[in-house]
Amino acid sequence: MIHIKLFKQVGVFAENKDIAADIRLNKLLPALEKNQDIILDFEKIEGATQSFIHALISDLMRKYGNEVLDKIQFKSCNATVKGIISIVVDYMQESD
Amino acid sequence: MVLTMIAALGIKTNPSNIECEKLEARSKHYLERMRLFDFLHVTSGITMKKHELAGRSVPLTQIKNSTELTEFITEVTPLLHLEPKHAEPIRYIMSELIRNVLEHSMSKHGAIVSAQYYKKSNTIRIGIADTGIGIWKSINQSYNPKTDLEAIRLALTPGITGTTRQEGGTDRNAGAGLFFIKSIASVNSDFFVIYSGKAMYKLLKRKGKKIKLHVDPFEDRHSKKGDLPSWEGTVVGIDLSLDTTQEFSLLLKLLNETLNEAIKERKKARYKKPQFT
Repeated sequence: MIHIKLFKQVGVFAENKDIAADIRLNKLLPALEKNQDIILDFEKIEGATQSFIHALISDLMRKYGNEVLDKIQFKSCNATVKGIISIVVDYMQESD
Repeated sequence: MVLTMIAALGIKTNPSNIECEKLEARSKHYLERMRLFDFLHVTSGITMKKHELAGRSVPLTQIKNSTELTEFITEVTPLLHLEPKHAEPIRYIMSELIRNVLEHSMSKHGAIVSAQYYKKSNTIRIGIADTGIGIWKSINQSYNPKTDLEAIRLALTPGITGTTRQEGGTDRNAGAGLFFIKSIASVNSDFFVIYSGKAMYKLLKRKGKKIKLHVDPFEDRHSKKGDLPSWEGTVVGIDLSLDTTQEFSLLLKLLNETLNEAIKERKKARYKKPQFT
């Protein structure tokens, strides 16, 4: 199990796709390769953009299928962040 | 929106080719406060008192990379003195639109952005302009739109991005950014306008309470033109009404429901039909 606290890297508003891609490539993908569960911790994050969340998780869903969502917990998300994550997750599944 | 267009032209024009007549207009102080003359490298001769510099506005700002965007987004909302429910969609819209410019416009001058609060209409008006390749060239990397208007139509359609024809986009682009922003405007009953090349598309305020987001932007209540003077790049304007703004989380919930319907509608349109003979 790895626990990633996003606030340290992205600040209160998660919008930087370069950082999202960096976290995906250097933390999330290696963890999934080792079959580890992941906690993505959104504590202190006030908002996020659809493109940030897309850059963070969409490729994981494409590579590992929708089952990858069983390996990821989205922790301490406020209503806005939950809304954005839900949109991206639904959008990716609808686009299959 | 017009201010950002003038500033965007200003920074790519040799200052020796810019002349400014003595300004008589009452708006000259506003233009000074918004830093238009700095972008045009023109000395306005206008002196501002300290209280005139304050106001609910974001002066013209040039953003050329991701770091500058992050700094800008951090600083922008306090300037507009907004409550969180208004600040959230504005921060969101600005961030996504500016990032679009940085990723797709190929403009060496980046994005020019400004925003202003209008007391009479209780709206925040945001303008973002670039002098890059424009939507037609960007979309033409994966699709083949015949006109600028068709390119705008594709750019506003969910799942379509210039970077790929793959459904769901690439690892970095979902092709949903502009659709999402147009949808925020639609749900809030705000104006949204996009101008690129010779074409302009304007989403008109929604009439009635029923909210329906369409996959095809031409099915939304809109106006459009395809024979305007050519803008070499892209400009987006959005007027966010503070009277109608919903809590952003509620807006997202609504957006998710309608977005899913929209995607299903798009998928269904591609279903093969049985051939009955």
